[in-house]
Amino acid sequence: MNQDLIRTIQEKFPAQVTGTHAFRGDSTVTVRREALREVAGYLRDELGFEFLMDLTAVDYPEREDRFEMVYHFYSFKTNLRLRLKAPVNGKEPLIASLTPLWGAANWFEREAYDMFGIKFEGHPDLRRILMYDTFEGHPLRKDYPLKKRQPRIVHRE
Amino acid sequence: MGLETAFGHSFFTSRVDDAVNWARKYSFFQYPFVTACCGMEFMSVWASSYDIARFGAEFPRFSPRQADVLFVVGTVNEKLAPVLKRVYDQMCEPKWVVSFGVCATSGGFYDNYATVQGIDKIIPVDIYIPGCPPRPEAVLDALMKLQEKVSAESVMDKKYK
Amino acid sequence: METKTINSIPKTWEMEDLGNGRMVLNMGPSHPAMHGIVRILLTVEGERVVDSDVEIGYLHRGFEKTCENVTYNQVIPYTDRLNYVSPFINNVGFALAIEKLMDIETPERCKYLRVIMSELGRLEDHLTCIGANAMEQGAFTVYFYLINAREFLYQLTDSVAGGRVTPAYARVGGVTGDLPPDFKAKTAEVFRKVRKNLGDADKLLTRNRIFFDRMRGTGAISKRDAISMSFTGPVLRACGVPYDVRKATPYLVYDRFDFDIPVGDNGDNYDRYLVRMEEIKQSMRIVEQALAQIPEGPIRHADFNVILPAKEEVYGNIEALMAHFKLTYEGIKPTAGEIYQAVEGGNGELGYYVVSDGSGKPYRVRVRPPCFTLMAGLSKLINGGYIADIISTFGQINMIGGELER
Repeated sequence: MNQDLIRTIQEKFPAQVTGTHAFRGDSTVTVRREALREVAGYLRDELGFEFLMDLTAVDYPEREDRFEMVYHFYSFKTNLRLRLKAPVNGKEPLIASLTPLWGAANWFEREAYDMFGIKFEGHPDLRRILMYDTFEGHPLRKDYPLKKRQPRIVHRE
Repeated sequence: MGLETAFGHSFFTSRVDDAVNWARKYSFFQYPFVTACCGMEFMSVWASSYDIARFGAEFPRFSPRQADVLFVVGTVNEKLAPVLKRVYDQMCEPKWVVSFGVCATSGGFYDNYATVQGIDKIIPVDIYIPGCPPRPEAVLDALMKLQEKVSAESVMDKKYK
Repeated sequence: METKTINSIPKTWEMEDLGNGRMVLNMGPSHPAMHGIVRILLTVEGERVVDSDVEIGYLHRGFEKTCENVTYNQVIPYTDRLNYVSPFINNVGFALAIEKLMDIETPERCKYLRVIMSELGRLEDHLTCIGANAMEQGAFTVYFYLINAREFLYQLTDSVAGGRVTPAYARVGGVTGDLPPDFKAKTAEVFRKVRKNLGDADKLLTRNRIFFDRMRGTGAISKRDAISMSFTGPVLRACGVPYDVRKATPYLVYDRFDFDIPVGDNGDNYDRYLVRMEEIKQSMRIVEQALAQIPEGPIRHADFNVILPAKEEVYGNIEALMAHFKLTYEGIKPTAGEIYQAVEGGNGELGYYVVSDGSGKPYRVRVRPPCFTLMAGLSKLINGGYIADIISTFGQINMIGGELER
């Protein structure tokens, strides 16, 4: 079932899919950054993945493309799950926004922006969501120290 | 002494402090500044099984200007710190602060970029309740401790400068 | 008439007059009628909400960053404090995720224990949600009835896990303890009381004119929009989509129980309330079936490299002693890889995405919090309604700060 799904996507986008794997029953497809919206649109409209369950990023500082966007899709019709990944360059982290396709992408992408500093092209309202405006840096990057605090008001004592 | 003999048992004398403190300690109007998990136990204390009303402290006031005791229930992070400060500043004196649970007391096991390591970095605290979250019995104990503390105060004190 | 867009809503604490009879009203972060700390900037025209902007992050505690710096089993207490109303489900979800990563199965009895505790957690969640929601609308008695019912459940789970709100019950490869001997009888007694209190609450609320009028038709969303916003859980089911992880992709032993997934048709607050009321009854059904079916046997995985061996083993067996030492200092070391494990939380799909690099600490732990998407859709639900409707909608969204902002 999962193998069929991966093959379908590979055949549809032979030039854009850079890698696939299935691990412990989770199928993963990695695509080029530029093709993300096209592939996601195909998943939603043709393959019936109507839920964007999760959207996040992972930081790999030693890689050439430092960040990896991770999207989890779920189809209620076929009861299948799929993980889509897209590498993003660390110097200028930019990727297409999925807000035109899923309303849920709005806050998810704001969180990824807040935590990793990845910018989303076409996002209507990209600003910090969990941290405050005066906060500098992006806490979930591996190079942000765990205990580096940036108080908003002066502490006592 | 003299007054009772003159007026009989319809009368008794006391100190102003005792009378005022007696009134204060049995009618805490609390402001529950509920942020996190501890709120669940706070709800339990409030409900009928533990019945905080026995101590005259059941009535929450969500306007800081009408509250006597600020219960800071749960984690306070850097983003929320100015809000807590502002709520505290708006309260009229006399006012007391109870730090409910370890997160409010010391940051608990959240020691990272986001959290404040104890609300006493922001506002003065009278009573700390340990526990993550504290069991309701601990909260009631803290309330009695606060009552003791209040009864030792004087109306002439200038605590909060 | 010109309207200010969301972006230009001023970030002040004050009320601001925009002219045109409109003004910006600041609701929260500490607001009497809202449990949880969230700030909503409302553009109102009289009593009508024209536009709104929801600001979260007041309980961001750096959960995901912290997880990258502790061992796998040390993450479990942190998961308690995600959705602190139903902590067992979080524990179980995380343990399942790591077990999937390590490709191991827990013994039968452990699976049943996890189901029982998860469902008790769900009961606590729904009782709190309905009780608090009713209180915020003025029905204080209902709050007492339901919180009392929850109190009985707390005492019940306390007797198993040794903690009321934050039990840290699950471990990778097992659970911390078995049921106490009189658990079945106690559960029957507690459920009798819960059913009684629930019946009382039902009589007070369901056909109550005031409650009905405040819930029916408010905060409604269409099925299509709900799916686009990735709503899950009772809020999605109230729109008529019978999606429940327990049925769609059964984990543990959920496929062995007979239970129903209640759905609504209107997607409004009243349907959400009805769905939750029914789910409470279904959860009790599951627990009763599980208690009838539960087999005897071990509650931990047999492999010493997964879970701490029993104390007798540690004292009497050198290999167990070494395993104990290694597990305590280095923790378990799953193979490198990445997995996503979803469980049905109190508010919907709770997903853990875990990336392992083969060391004793997770490389990345991501939680898909169910009420994150719900809160993202809150503006959609409250725009166009009255200010007073926000209270009922927000209550039924059941925002839990711990999992929303982590």
